[in-house]
Amino acid sequence: MSATTAHDTHHDDHAAPRGLMRWLTTTNHKDIGTLYLLFSLTMFFVGGSFALVIRAELFQPGLQIVNPHFFNQMTTMHALVMIFGAVMPAFVGLANWLIPMMVGAPDMALPRMNNWSFWIMPFAFTLLLSTLFMDGGGPAGGWTLYPPLSLQTGAAFPFVILSIHMMGVSSVMGAINVIATILNMRAPGMTLMRMPLFVWTWLITAYLLIAVMPVLAGAVTMLLTDKYFGTSFFNAAGGGDPVMFQHIFWFFGHPEVYIMILPAFGIVSQIIPTFARKPLFGYASMVYATASIAFLSFIVWAHHMFTVGMPLAGELFFMYATMLIAVPTGVKVFNWVATMWRGSMTFETPMLFAIAFVVLFTIGGFSGLMLAIAPADFQYQDTYFVVAHFHYVLVPGAIFSIMAAAYYWLPKWTGHRYDEKLGRLHFWCSAIGVNVLFFPQHFLGLAGMPRRIPDYALQFTEFNMISSVGAFMFGFSQLIFLYVVIKCIRGGEPAGDRVWEGAHGLEWTLSSPPPHHSFQTPPEIKEAEAHS
Amino acid sequence: MSEVHHGSYYVPHSSVWPIVGSVGLFTTMLGGANWLNGHSNTLFIIGLSIMIVMLFGWFGTVIRESEGGFYNAQMDRSFRWGMSWFIFSEVMFFAAFFGALFYAREFALPWLGGSAESKFGTHEFLWPNFETHWPTNGPGFVGGSFEVMGAWGLPAINTLILLSSGVTVTWAHWGLLKNNRRQLIIGLAATVALGFLFVTLQAIEYSHAYQHMNLKLSTGIYGSTFFMLTGFHGLHVTMGAIILSVVLFRSIAGHFTAEKHFAFEAAAWYWHFVDVVWLGLFVFVYWL
Repeated sequence: MSATTAHDTHHDDHAAPRGLMRWLTTTNHKDIGTLYLLFSLTMFFVGGSFALVIRAELFQPGLQIVNPHFFNQMTTMHALVMIFGAVMPAFVGLANWLIPMMVGAPDMALPRMNNWSFWIMPFAFTLLLSTLFMDGGGPAGGWTLYPPLSLQTGAAFPFVILSIHMMGVSSVMGAINVIATILNMRAPGMTLMRMPLFVWTWLITAYLLIAVMPVLAGAVTMLLTDKYFGTSFFNAAGGGDPVMFQHIFWFFGHPEVYIMILPAFGIVSQIIPTFARKPLFGYASMVYATASIAFLSFIVWAHHMFTVGMPLAGELFFMYATMLIAVPTGVKVFNWVATMWRGSMTFETPMLFAIAFVVLFTIGGFSGLMLAIAPADFQYQDTYFVVAHFHYVLVPGAIFSIMAAAYYWLPKWTGHRYDEKLGRLHFWCSAIGVNVLFFPQHFLGLAGMPRRIPDYALQFTEFNMISSVGAFMFGFSQLIFLYVVIKCIRGGEPAGDRVWEGAHGLEWTLSSPPPHHSFQTPPEIKEAEAHS
Repeated sequence: MSEVHHGSYYVPHSSVWPIVGSVGLFTTMLGGANWLNGHSNTLFIIGLSIMIVMLFGWFGTVIRESEGGFYNAQMDRSFRWGMSWFIFSEVMFFAAFFGALFYAREFALPWLGGSAESKFGTHEFLWPNFETHWPTNGPGFVGGSFEVMGAWGLPAINTLILLSSGVTVTWAHWGLLKNNRRQLIIGLAATVALGFLFVTLQAIEYSHAYQHMNLKLSTGIYGSTFFMLTGFHGLHVTMGAIILSVVLFRSIAGHFTAEKHFAFEAAAWYWHFVDVVWLGLFVFVYWL
């Protein structure tokens, strides 16, 4: 029998399979983290190319490049690929790489299941992306899959539903692993309130994932049986209700939004103290704010459906509950700014992305507050204002935090420093591009341009042109990132253990790159070194 | 929580089973989608077979490692957390279907029937004659007239069966804690038997509903919620009974000690979970 304990790694290295089999069968958290991150980067470019098809078509009014049906497939697939293929796996990849190192563990708690969580993903996306090549094309009813429209999908339908089931299985297993690791694998002295904030935010994210991914599975299962087995869940003639799907879907969907932003909060809370050379302001309040946001995420879902026809009491409840989220989010933004206050700040690439995150995510937060006002939302619903809002929280929000994390920890992962000059170039191209891309969409939405439409009225032309120019600028800037990452993996100036002089936390006490099993003997955590 | 660290946490070697599981899951899903689109189910069956091989291989490895003494108390706790959160995810899966049932009964149907707080017009314009009641197959009489499944026949017997199986599995656990193998094996065998008896009675109930009551999956919202909730529950009882069977065979083979028997406990937790779900079903699907 082949088995090893964490302290005899030399034995481990002998027996480890090489080549492709190493990656297919690995149980190592760093290998699996790398796989997740590379998969996410691939999907980022796939989903990004879909977005460029959309923006190319919208460059001017009329139909130029694609037909409306294909356009709708692009909006649907762009969302599914970016949410489930790019953002979520990137955070899981970061969790895999970082959590064991941050809590002083040799590996994740359940390493074989860790491998399974990852290797489901490429298969799930093969299933999903294959629908684009089928007769009738891929899903075109929007990623929210509202019936009855989504039930009109052709042969692609069961492929989409079953691929979503696979992604759900992967997410739940990944989340279980994260929770088991955090609750059970911490080194002596690493009490809960000494954990780095990235670990805290992931603990809460994992809880959200386990709570809501099964609900999504239930919702899409009902779609499947409504289409193929004659059930009436979403059919009013049979006593069901299409609006019921929206309730179940958004009960998943709103916590899902925080699944994509809480780890981002964690990342930014690691990076800002490092480059401000000050401890994080209000550590405990950050933890409680994260928990409050997670709790509130379960009671705000119907703000996605204010115009669907709800009793007044429902509109009011969901409006006020949604506005409450601004309180803990405000605490966080305040704490990040207070951390920077009178710090000796330097502006390396991770810090640039982190600061841009704070500013631009806050813009997305404010437009969210506008959308939370039910009577105002009646005007904004399904316009480009909504598109602008959620792209501000997802692109310069979630994606920027992932970029920040990549630059911040790449030297630790690879042992080499990345090209700082190119990193900054990437940042400025991205930061300018993303604003040119999404800021005009606020105006388009307020002026009444509907979302998910391949053509538009003439008065929307200028802002759409500007937005499309920004899209191509942002999209192609990401090739700089790809180049920087490849260059950094292949070589570069040695990074040293503590890559950044202001960095605190256990991961910086390990070599760069870290040993195969991160901590072979649990380190002792002192109060001073606890968290940054 | 972090007292028992001695620097020798068990990290398994690279394993072929997860990737076999991924290929199996992919084949199953691909085959399932093809089957739903009206093609053959061959791939689906091949996929399921790969999954079964994977389960034997993976659990076999874990059982050998466990019996080989590789797992310390910390590993045991990881398994416990894993199983607890897995059961929580299952609870949330059922919550979606219970949510659908409650939403349909408390909101969708009263609004379809034109209740006072509904100003949505569905009632007025589409089905002005529809009056809210439960059970119903909706204003369109989807699936035709049907009979309602009563609570106090087979379902009540099934409730007794599942509750008794909860007792027998606890009795078996006491046996294990006292090192009384006989009690352990008899208790487990009784639990497994009760489990499969439950599934058999459910099958009889289903066939009665389909053949004599015109109550089908396609009988409007009542048929949909009835069969999806009880169907997924039945599937979970079947899985639980299979898991308990494995634990029974391992008990007969002499596995487990009074101190270390996580597999037994995990199976028992899972069994109590399907038990509790059943109580919810009995109250809200059959009775009220």
